[in-house]
Amino acid sequence: MNKSAGKSVARSSSGRGRTIDIVNKGLKSRYRKEKRFRFYGLLSIVASVVFLAFLLSSIVLKGYSAFLQTYIKLDVSFEAGMLDKQNPGRSDFQGIVKAAIRDYYPDVTGRQDKRDLFSLFSSGAAFQLREEVLNKLPEEGSSISLWVLADDDVDMLMKGHMKRDVPEGERRLNDKQLRWIERLEEEGRIALRFNTTFFTAGDSREPELAGIWGAVKGSFYTMLVTLVLSFPIGIAAAVYLEEFAPKNLATDFIEVNINNLAAVPSIVFGLLGLAVFLNFFGMPRSTPLVGGIVLMLMTLPTIIIASRAALKAVPPSIREAALGVGSSKLQVVTGHVLPLALPGMLTGTIIGMAQALGETAPLLMIGMVAFIVDVPGGFTDPAAVMPVQIYLWADSPERAFVERTSAAIMVLLAFLISMNAVAVVMRRRFERRW
Amino acid sequence: MSPLVLLLSLLVLSVAGFLIGRQKALDLARREGGASRLHSLPAYYGALTALWCCLPAFFMFLIWLGFEQSIVTGLMVADLPEEARALPPARLNVLINDIRSLASGNIVSGEVTPLMRDAAAQYISLKGIGRMITSVIVLVAAVAGILAVYRGIKPRLRARNHVEKVIMGLLVVCSTIAIFTTVGIVLSILYEAVRFFQQIPVAEFLFGLEWSPQMAIREDQVGSSGAFGAVPVFAGTILISAIAMLVAAPIGLMSAVFLSEYADRRLRMVAKPLLEVLAGIPTVVYGFFAALVVAPLIRNSGVQLGIDVSSESALAAGLVMGVMIIPFVSSLSDDVINAVPQTLRDGAYSVGATRSETIRHVLIPAALPGIVGGLLLAVSRAIGETMIVVMAAGLSANLTANPLQAVTTVTVQIVTLLVGDQEFDSPKTLAAFALGLVLFVGTLFLNIIALTVVRKYRERYE
Repeated sequence: MNKSAGKSVARSSSGRGRTIDIVNKGLKSRYRKEKRFRFYGLLSIVASVVFLAFLLSSIVLKGYSAFLQTYIKLDVSFEAGMLDKQNPGRSDFQGIVKAAIRDYYPDVTGRQDKRDLFSLFSSGAAFQLREEVLNKLPEEGSSISLWVLADDDVDMLMKGHMKRDVPEGERRLNDKQLRWIERLEEEGRIALRFNTTFFTAGDSREPELAGIWGAVKGSFYTMLVTLVLSFPIGIAAAVYLEEFAPKNLATDFIEVNINNLAAVPSIVFGLLGLAVFLNFFGMPRSTPLVGGIVLMLMTLPTIIIASRAALKAVPPSIREAALGVGSSKLQVVTGHVLPLALPGMLTGTIIGMAQALGETAPLLMIGMVAFIVDVPGGFTDPAAVMPVQIYLWADSPERAFVERTSAAIMVLLAFLISMNAVAVVMRRRFERRW
Repeated sequence: MSPLVLLLSLLVLSVAGFLIGRQKALDLARREGGASRLHSLPAYYGALTALWCCLPAFFMFLIWLGFEQSIVTGLMVADLPEEARALPPARLNVLINDIRSLASGNIVSGEVTPLMRDAAAQYISLKGIGRMITSVIVLVAAVAGILAVYRGIKPRLRARNHVEKVIMGLLVVCSTIAIFTTVGIVLSILYEAVRFFQQIPVAEFLFGLEWSPQMAIREDQVGSSGAFGAVPVFAGTILISAIAMLVAAPIGLMSAVFLSEYADRRLRMVAKPLLEVLAGIPTVVYGFFAALVVAPLIRNSGVQLGIDVSSESALAAGLVMGVMIIPFVSSLSDDVINAVPQTLRDGAYSVGATRSETIRHVLIPAALPGIVGGLLLAVSRAIGETMIVVMAAGLSANLTANPLQAVTTVTVQIVTLLVGDQEFDSPKTLAAFALGLVLFVGTLFLNIIALTVVRKYRERYE
């Protein structure tokens, strides 16, 4: 019952004025309250949306510059004896790069100055040169010009994350280094170009050499294990519980277990993986195999619950019709119910996989936080996954890793959004109402 | 044969078994005069053959996979020279780990001795022999399965019933995995936690006020005994969860009310997916955001106001966690508010109540059990949330209720204790499992209450 309505009835019976007057008197403040309440509701929606916009825009603003990378043009001339003739891949490329830098800045002497000068170039420059040499096999005495990676400090300077006008002690590049960079700028030898390394390399301690590809591949293998295990098991469990299970204590217990597992903190699954799979069964640490199994246990409840909802939506008349023409119970399910429920099950599976793709905590427990440079090539190679890579980079002190973390987040979100979009499209296309 | 190749050949054999079995059934049918002479459709005879081919063989394969490591290691240790086997267990374990990583081509912690090199070669050869024996057993089992069924195929063989029984058994096994997972969680955590409580009394862990799980490496080191009083850790968890709930409960609830009672279809079509996006963002992203944007923001505004704010304040982690939980609270409340029968609303409107009066005095009281259940689930989520607090909250255990100071949580401690190199008998690593046990029991308790409340509530209006 409404309180104010009750009050007005009570007053009118005591004989002080007509009810309608009392109602009218209170109406203004009640409408004001109504408006205020409505405003609060709108405010809370707006608050969430504003936060979302704030989060996404700050990540994009921090991260978009990571898709570009500073390169420096270097003229390399190959004098006699510089290249190993028998085996050009084993020449001293570090030395050749240094010689090329010295040629460009002949006036730089002094040990400390030279060290400062070389530190403007990434240690990856030698590898770039090696690749170029192996591709082109230049003659002795010839020279090539090559865009090589700049060091991350130079990169930060070029992108404006490091101020030039602050006192020398407050920035990571000294005044001399700034002058050298200015000379490069005047001659157009330093430029921002598309950062292919970021999409093709594994992790690295040097920000300019670090890439997301190793983590993407690790995520791929992990998700493959999760999918292959959780999809059939989840569907089988859902089919049994929804279509065949007798209503008794045992199935009730299973049901309580599934609902509860869906709400258990994900880190607990990590503890399980550590104690059972790593310590008891002695499976290899940091591998997509173990990660996939742990994530499978975690996503299974989601898939089972979604699949059961999809099975429930199939009307009983279809089952009865199939039974009526002589199908066995299992034939009813495999021949009629399952095909009709499959789109819903797939949608649930995709949503579960998206959850698993963004999960970090249980993977930390099974050692997937190791620093892994190599791009994994299989299920039992040590690997990082995308969210763990984000966590690792977020922990790194270099300024250049901040933008790389944001860029990695963008890549991860792109994957998640496309997975969810597929789920939404599937739901729209295959949803049937009887 | 590598496991993958073995599995593939098993698959090929099963397909072959299916084809052979079906062919024999078809032949039989032709001889007997029509498929109606058979008990089941020919495909069922094929399926039966395939099942008997792959199931027993696959089972054996799993057994080997599970115990390969321990068997091979045991054999290798037995072959080690006397002086190596006489090492104390801890040193022996290190040696075994080194040999294993040497065998798999990884980096070894110490110097590689000839002994280790020999043992690694032995390990590799033992593993190879083991793999070969398993491959032979598995393949023989597969072929034997095919032959056994093939010879048994007769028109009166009840192939469909057999197949359905086997499939039904598989379905039952799949649905019990949830139970095995729970049992696995309980047993594994309990086992390690009990080992921890053998060294540290339960009362000290639950009621002690000092938490510094640093164990000395040498006996004579200063501060050699760690303190394992977990109260500051629990207090930190509660503080951060409370901040999160203070953000999430009103905003989530009001969003749900607004979306289900006020918003028109167009607004709902836009706002709901946006909230779902908020729910779909990985927690590591929230953690990054909390540590890099929100925490400095709070710290700087604190400096402006002249208040001392820690750079890892509980407030930053709690606020961001609250935002993460908003969509969770909102979707659960949305469900329960929609479950309130329309007649209750109509009744309130008919006596002249405004919309907000209807919501406050009729809808929310009616939906209260469901809302409380949803909020409890949200609390359990907040307590178990890991990445946000690992990245944005502190490591040092302060016993404080001040949201501007750094506190630590159960999940942060579990992660810091278990990430990195670990030996499995020091109280330091075992403490993580004790904390995990508290976390599991606490959230289990909340979940069960919440799920029963929500279920009871649903039944009331159905």
